[in-house]
Amino acid sequence: MTRIGPYTKRVIKHFKKPHNYGRMKNPDGLGKVGNPVCGDVMWLYIKVGKDKKGREIIKDIKFETFGCVAAIATSSVITDLAKGKTIEEAMKINREDIIKFLGGLPPIKIHCSVLAAGALSEAIYDYLSKKKRKIPEKLEKLHQKIEKEKREIQKKYKEWIKFEERIHKKKS
Amino acid sequence: MKTIKKKKKIYLDYAATTPVDPKVRRAVFPYFSEKFGNSMSLHSFGQEAKIALGKSREEVADLISAKPNEIIFTSSATESNNLVLKGVAFANQKRGNHLIISQIEHPCIMESAKWLEKQGFEVTKLNVDKYGLVNPKNVRKAIKKNTILVSVIHASNEIGTIQPIREIGKICQEKGVYFHTDAAQSFGKIPLDVNKMNIDLLSASSHKIYGPKGVACLYIREGVKIEPLLHGGGQEMGFRSSTVNVSGVVGFAKACQIAKKEMKKESRCLTRLRNKLIKGVLREIPGSHLNGHPEKRLPNNANFWFEFVEGESMVIQLDLLGIAASTGSACSSAKLEPSHVLLAIGLRHEQAHGSLRLSLGRWTTEKEINFVLKVLPEIIKNLRKISPFKK
Repeated sequence: MTRIGPYTKRVIKHFKKPHNYGRMKNPDGLGKVGNPVCGDVMWLYIKVGKDKKGREIIKDIKFETFGCVAAIATSSVITDLAKGKTIEEAMKINREDIIKFLGGLPPIKIHCSVLAAGALSEAIYDYLSKKKRKIPEKLEKLHQKIEKEKREIQKKYKEWIKFEERIHKKKS
Repeated sequence: MKTIKKKKKIYLDYAATTPVDPKVRRAVFPYFSEKFGNSMSLHSFGQEAKIALGKSREEVADLISAKPNEIIFTSSATESNNLVLKGVAFANQKRGNHLIISQIEHPCIMESAKWLEKQGFEVTKLNVDKYGLVNPKNVRKAIKKNTILVSVIHASNEIGTIQPIREIGKICQEKGVYFHTDAAQSFGKIPLDVNKMNIDLLSASSHKIYGPKGVACLYIREGVKIEPLLHGGGQEMGFRSSTVNVSGVVGFAKACQIAKKEMKKESRCLTRLRNKLIKGVLREIPGSHLNGHPEKRLPNNANFWFEFVEGESMVIQLDLLGIAASTGSACSSAKLEPSHVLLAIGLRHEQAHGSLRLSLGRWTTEKEINFVLKVLPEIIKNLRKISPFKK
């Protein structure tokens, strides 16, 4: 497959014309992952509906992403992979599915696929929490892990904020 | 997203590297298979190479008003900078163990300083203001009894800001401290005079001025004590053993000769195009900001940050349209932190992630700048549509 930069054609295709991007009004679930400090932020919105068999499915899905090529491409792909799937099925989508779908990612960009998978699971977590449903153990674990990472980055960011405040003070 | 029609390739990354000037290519060619001698050999082949080397040394020295015997050839500006920091530190240990650099040095200076710290040397990093300028007063304050070297980059490779090196050099001279400047980006582009600017050591590179890669130089003022990194046959006055890359050196010298001749005209022309680009971007793109000093900057450097978008995305969008640019965002490197230079001038992380550097050169045309001004606003607009931070 021909490449542009370190990326496969399929990554570039999704980057150039991402699917399902934009804000969703009144989503049933919202997953926010990443941090502007690191240069990657993904927000994933889901609307939940029911299929003919009465199972809960992801009826609509949208994303908003601040980030690199891989972040945008993986966001686009996760929306494609999850749209129309049942909640059960959507929860099973992982980073390998995303990477496979894109024909590979540079090693340094694997974290983008982790981020995208995390955004989806967080959106489902948000939906289930709002509905006061029981959270599957796997989802809960993932949620705890993401929260922990958020706290760690905020802790690190705090030091950066201090550093930045120092600089800004000097300049004013 | 709306797509924009692709056109001919446009290179706007001259700060990364430059194409070899055809005149340089012609000058270098005979030195591969015809005049291939080792400049240390006694026979006619060797002497031919030696003469070419001597002439080249004169040519390079001439560009910065140095004496030919004060120029040594190296393989890269990185090597020159490593040699300065480590070589000066180790040769002058009796005088002291304190070095001063700025916060916005090239990684090869930052990392060499870091390594020296591990060896027991002390390093002070000077702050810069929001334009990236070092205040000479801070240099004076930072110099201590045990200071042996001050090293400040002449023009920033990222934001293009030009430092008041004459003033800094003067202070160092008064205090009896060696002054080094990394001139990789400024050499051959703006006037440099090691005597008028009180410079003791200066690094410059060939591939930034339309010469071949793999060759660079270091100016070492007569009498400056410096320990070599490479020991061996004693080439380059014993400062840098290795068989000399004669073809590279000849190309570098030719590039210097052209630079000297064209500098005035070229810098005037590039400044005009650069200003057009900067003005156009700031006017056409809401939420766009210039990094670096508006006037005290390299004629060929434009560096911006754009709100709510990430650098790599911009670079690849531009690349898809055939425009080569670069970013200070760290999204493609192993660490999460963006460029230390952009953070040093006070940008927040998310701001630094949205940076874009466009650097112009000898073959940049007005048409190319117009094309960038046409497509860049659309690219930014499209990326913002995807971004969660849009207003």
